[in-house]
Parts: sequence; structure tokens; C-alpha cells
Amino acid sequence: MSAAYILLCFVLVLILFSIIGMLAMWVDRKLTARLQFRVGPPWYQNFADFIKLAGKEVLIPEKANTFMFVASPILGLIASGIAGTMILLVFKTKTVFPADAILILYLLTIPSLAIILGGSASGNVLASVGISREMKLLMGYELPFVCGLVIAAIKSGGSSLSSIIQFQEQHGIIIGSLSGVIGFVIGVLALQGKLGLVPFDLAEAEGELAGGSLIEYSGLLLGLFKLTKALLLVVGPLFLISLYLGGINISSPAGIITGILKYILILVLFILIKNTNPRLRIDQTMKLFWGWATLLGIAGILLAIAGW
Amino acid sequence: MNLKIRALKKSLWVYHMSGGSCNNCDIEILDCLTPRFDIERFGMVLVGSPRHADVLLCTGIVNKKCVERVEEVYKQTAKPCVVVAIGACACSGGMFRDGYEMGGPLDKLIPVDVYIPGCPPKPEAMIAGIVKVLEKLK
Repeated sequence: MSAAYILLCFVLVLILFSIIGMLAMWVDRKLTARLQFRVGPPWYQNFADFIKLAGKEVLIPEKANTFMFVASPILGLIASGIAGTMILLVFKTKTVFPADAILILYLLTIPSLAIILGGSASGNVLASVGISREMKLLMGYELPFVCGLVIAAIKSGGSSLSSIIQFQEQHGIIIGSLSGVIGFVIGVLALQGKLGLVPFDLAEAEGELAGGSLIEYSGLLLGLFKLTKALLLVVGPLFLISLYLGGINISSPAGIITGILKYILILVLFILIKNTNPRLRIDQTMKLFWGWATLLGIAGILLAIAGW
Repeated sequence: MNLKIRALKKSLWVYHMSGGSCNNCDIEILDCLTPRFDIERFGMVLVGSPRHADVLLCTGIVNKKCVERVEEVYKQTAKPCVVVAIGACACSGGMFRDGYEMGGPLDKLIPVDVYIPGCPPKPEAMIAGIVKVLEKLK
């Protein structure tokens, strides 16, 4: 596999996953609106938002560190793009491209780090409150997420994503076992936090923090953050699918259709959790993640070792 | 009409700024988000920061304390942006026009594009006003 091929895949993933992600965000907004007895926006809404943001003035605050302020949205976008490329290459080539799941876990933290960097570079007080919450949230959900990853690794006997998928092709999907169910539940919770959806949207609290860590961003830079979020909305569920639901076989049409169904299942799960829960305070969030979720994760690991 | 303006017309993000209003207009603005009117159909969302906004909705007479703040918020908004004066107070000063706290009306401080009179204006009137904004954006 040559470097040019991987680069081509990266560009393809950026374009394809942005489009899918924006459509997924539209599904989110539309379904939310329907659940609240509203009509909701048309399907092209997020594309219009992005084009509009790209055409607007970019303001850089006086107190900001200009380099970090401009670089961090790009950093987040590239990291989520690389994670998406790796997952897609695993789906396509199976064994040739092993892609360690731990590396993808690292890559998926970079968008959150980019928000933290950008918020702290903007020199705004409200942004600093937002990033302190984002940091606590990041530390909160990483611990149970790692537990969930360890469950999948123990079940399949290796942490490389391709070996996890291959194990599931031969022995049935991991969610079929008790520890797999626990891992999936933890993974959904952690991703909900990573995507900043409602029970855990305290870093971007529109009400009291006026946009939180993104408060000073305008124009194209804000658009890049929205695009990163759209990418994560695709990459995150795909990662969960490959860990617990057996991955997506993109070489056959039937595999693609079941893959889309799996993706929609996870997406709708996210949206329903988002719409049926109020926002948690930061202490409640930490109690949930470091308390119950981690305990559940450790129980899952023990079950996985016992072979359940 | 180019792509930029077309996209802008489909996705107006609204920042709501109160220049010392009695809160009546503000409640009517929030009414626009309810299931009955649902302005998200047209891609409009309330945002928390003027940096994200395309439309500034200003309510109230803009009292002397608020004058600097209103001017500052207008400077902080990413251009192109549209300023809408909501309610009799923001349009002309209303019953407070001779009051000692009067710092406005709004169009003395910043350029106003659309006036929506009423005390408070109905949500229908606001939506009609936004349609005028869309016509102005050509």
C-alpha cells in the first residue's frame, strides 16, 4: 500500500464522511424537532450552514494567540480524518492494514484536545470555563471507554482492529455475549460524551456559557469545528461498530446495507438518549463515568476473562 | 445571486440582545422557537455568542448603561450581519422616549436594517420582518 494511495483515501474520507456526517446531523435535528412536535429543518440545512460560515468574516480576538487559534480547528479535522481513513482501510483490506484500536482511541481524543487548545488560545473567560469542563469530561469518559476497548481486546485476543473484526467474522459478533453488551453500553455513553451530545454537552452549554469553548470562533474556523463534529459523528459509530457489531463488509452490497442499518441503529440510539435526558452537572458526569460506568467496565472485563 | 448569499438566506443564526427591555419582546422572540411557529424550519437558530450570529435582534430602549455594550456587540459580530429592532421601544423609544435613561433609540447607535413595531410584536410579525430581511439580502 503506497503513501499516495493512503493520501487519496484520506481526501476521499474527508469528503465522503463530511457529507454523511452532515446528513447524520440533519437526521439528529429533524428527529429532535419531530420529537418536540416541530417540523424541523430541510435536509440541506447543515450544508447551507457550512457554506454560509465559510463565506463569513473570520474575527481573531485581540488577546488571542493567533497561531494556536487558527491551527487547532485544522488539527482536530485532520485527526478525525485520519481515524476515519484507518477504519475504512481496515474494512476494505482486512489483514493488510492492522490499525491498532488504541491508536484510533488516541486519534479520537485529538478533536477534544483541539477544542481545548483553541478555547484556551482565544483568551476569553467563558471559553476558559468551557475548556475546564471539556478537560474534565475528556478524563471522565476516557477511562470507561478504555475498559470497553479492553473487553473487545480480551474477547478477540488482540487489540488490532482487523483482528477484532476477523474474530467476529468467525465466532459471531462480540455484542452477542454478556461482556460485549456491557462494553457496547459503555462505548455508547462515552461516545455521547465525546460528541458533546445532550446529557454531556456542558462544555458548549448554549444557555450559560454562550457557546462555551467555541465562543470566540467565527466564520470558516467555526465551520471547521462543525465539520469535525460531523466527521466524529461518522467515525465514532464506525469505531463502535467495528469493536462490538462485527464491522462493515464494504466489498459486497449486502454488507454495505447491513452496515448502514447498524450505523442508523447507533445514530438513533444517540439521538434518543440526547432527547430524553437533561444535562448533567460536571460532578454528576464524573460520578457517572468514574463511578458506575467504570465499575460496569471492570465487571465486564472480569466477565470477559471468565469467558462470558 | 451568488452561493454565499443563498446559503446565508437559508441559515440565519440569530443573536438576541436586550438593551434594557421589559422582557415582553424577549418572551415573544422565544415564542418563535415553539412548535407553533418553529423558525428552525427556515434554518434559524438562536446562538449564544455574537461571533456566531448573522442577525442581531435588539429589544428595549437601549438605556444609557447599555449604549456601549450594544455598540460593542455590533462590532463583535462577524459581518455580513443584519440588525433588527424588535418592539416599539427599540424602533422609536415608545412610551419611554422622554425618559431620563433613554440612550437610544437603536438606529442612533448602529445601522438598523428592519424595524418590527408592536408592544410586543407578535411572532407572526417577527417572521414577516425576517422575510423582509431575506428580501434585503439580495
